[in-house]
Amino acid sequence: MSAPTASLAAPRDLGFVRNLLWWLPRAAVLGALAFVIFGPLLNLLIWTVAERWYFPHALPIDYGFSYWGRVFAPRGNAVQSLVASISIAVFTVAGSLALAIPAGYALARLKLPLRNLILLAFLLPQAFPNLPVYVNIARLFYEIGLNGTVLGVVLVHVTHGLVYAVWIAAAAFSAVDRDLELAARNLGASGLKAFADVTLPLAAPGLMASAIFVFLESLDEFTGSYFVGAPDVTTLPLLLYSAGAGGNYQIASITALLLLVPSIAFMLVVEKFLRADVLAKVGQ
Amino acid sequence: MSDDAYLSLKDIDAGYGRTRVLEGIDLMIGKGEFVALLGASGCGKTTLLRTIAGFALPSAGSIRVGGRDVTRLPPDKRGMAMVFQSYALWPHMTAARNIGYGLRLKGWRREAIAARVAEMEALLGLGGLGGRKPSELSGGQRQRVALGRALAVDPDILLLDEPLSNLDARIRLTVRHEIRALQQRLGITTIHVTHDREEAMVMADRIVILDKGRIAQLGTPEAIYTRPASAFVAAFMGAENVVPLDAACSGHRVDIAAGPLNRAAGLMLDRPAPPSGRLEARFRSERLELRRLDVQSAADGGAIELIGRVEAVVYPGGEWRHTVRIGDGSVLVDCPEALPPGSDVLVRVPASGLFLFAAPADGPAGASPSAADENSPARERLTA
Repeated sequence: MSAPTASLAAPRDLGFVRNLLWWLPRAAVLGALAFVIFGPLLNLLIWTVAERWYFPHALPIDYGFSYWGRVFAPRGNAVQSLVASISIAVFTVAGSLALAIPAGYALARLKLPLRNLILLAFLLPQAFPNLPVYVNIARLFYEIGLNGTVLGVVLVHVTHGLVYAVWIAAAAFSAVDRDLELAARNLGASGLKAFADVTLPLAAPGLMASAIFVFLESLDEFTGSYFVGAPDVTTLPLLLYSAGAGGNYQIASITALLLLVPSIAFMLVVEKFLRADVLAKVGQ
Repeated sequence: MSDDAYLSLKDIDAGYGRTRVLEGIDLMIGKGEFVALLGASGCGKTTLLRTIAGFALPSAGSIRVGGRDVTRLPPDKRGMAMVFQSYALWPHMTAARNIGYGLRLKGWRREAIAARVAEMEALLGLGGLGGRKPSELSGGQRQRVALGRALAVDPDILLLDEPLSNLDARIRLTVRHEIRALQQRLGITTIHVTHDREEAMVMADRIVILDKGRIAQLGTPEAIYTRPASAFVAAFMGAENVVPLDAACSGHRVDIAAGPLNRAAGLMLDRPAPPSGRLEARFRSERLELRRLDVQSAADGGAIELIGRVEAVVYPGGEWRHTVRIGDGSVLVDCPEALPPGSDVLVRVPASGLFLFAAPADGPAGASPSAADENSPARERLTA
């Protein structure tokens, strides 16, 4: 009885096996990729709600939100460092834009050879290894009393963020047709007025994007904040570091989650603000 | 400097870096006059307009408006308004805000601006479109918004940088007349840059023909059309047929010896003849007489007669256009009747339609631009 059934089913089975052979490796690769990307994130999420979790248990023994309470308790540093991080980021954005708007505008209207040289010069701080640079800055700041101050950390972040700010601002201003400015001058607007009425509003989406970049860079920055700010100024990454180094994975995970929020918001906003034609001009 | 010149340019030189775009431009424009700057692309006409507007500073020379030296003034202090080739409308403002911008700068009250904008919209047929952004307007509407923006401030001088070149051919013809009528009604001194000969002819009081950064000729449309000062101007004004001739000239008289390509002729010109020797004869395709070589004609002198052979005949409408080979070159001849290709013919060019110039020193005159020669520089200039 079984033999005829098997022989009858054979062609269909063969197709099924072939289908399986086609799908299985692909599914495995996709699954592995998903695990590599989302595995650590999932682990982080589980840690934020784990009360007790130790080897050899694959999953936490108890779940709960008590660590959230500890992180946001008045004694915990989380709220304080969140405020510090965000205010440092806001000052950094203000400082970078104050430099990047005139610099980007000048670069956008300059002749090409000189322009590329200057744009390259803004990249220089990125070319050197971070650590020795920041150690030296810390030593210098210590001598002039800037170490351990918010201003010191902001200055370090501004140098770091200026690359993005200037490059994107230059691109945003190049995307504004010179004739639009001249049309305003022609009708009686002073240079500054034409800039405020025409150039700035038209470059605003690009400038907005550069501000967001700088904001996030400042929020995530660790090395400079560590050498210049710690221990007097505690930002979220510094808190994350000390929690992680102390083996307190719950606090580290909750802090990391807090840092994740602006990054995701950023992705959504950038998609809205950064037009392709502005991006295409970066570095031109 | 004459007193009636409202805008006067004196010895203007301008350029980018080392390339000189304009050399020694002298130009006097009266109040209320409409002047067209006509030339091929790259002749410097747009540079000249931008120098007048103050977007570029001349390297030498002076610009005066109503007796006031404006050479070094920034563009916002010159009282001029320009309509850009690209219109340069501000995309983040509505049509009404675009038109009212210059008035806002002057500190007009909001109601006064609204009234003036409404007036401009009515004048230019833009009623009901004031709330739209430039991206929501058609090409013709944008052009009118740009014109309205310039006219709203009641400028001393209106500068037009090829404002019609981005319009459909059909709309262009009506807009020409609209702009001209508006300019005459408002009496605004206007400078119009164009590469379109007909556009310049129908719109302008006077035409300035520019060639390689210099003024090639300056005059009324009729004067330039009927009395071109150089071979370049003649070619630009449509006299693209060119034939080399040997002639003995004195005063207004030109005697042409019989040659393999032409019969002997004696002409009296209404202007002084060029020096004797090798000449370049230019003429248009119209108002010519074309007949078979063996047909006798009763016509007397006062014309040159060229011997050639019909190569091709086409009908572009109106008259038949013959391509007639004469020696190494060929000319285009319009004629009411078609002669078959291969016919030996005589092309009769009356003295009134004939422009004679000394042949260029370098090479034979036959090598200079000719209408039938597809690769000729003149043809490129005209179609560019």
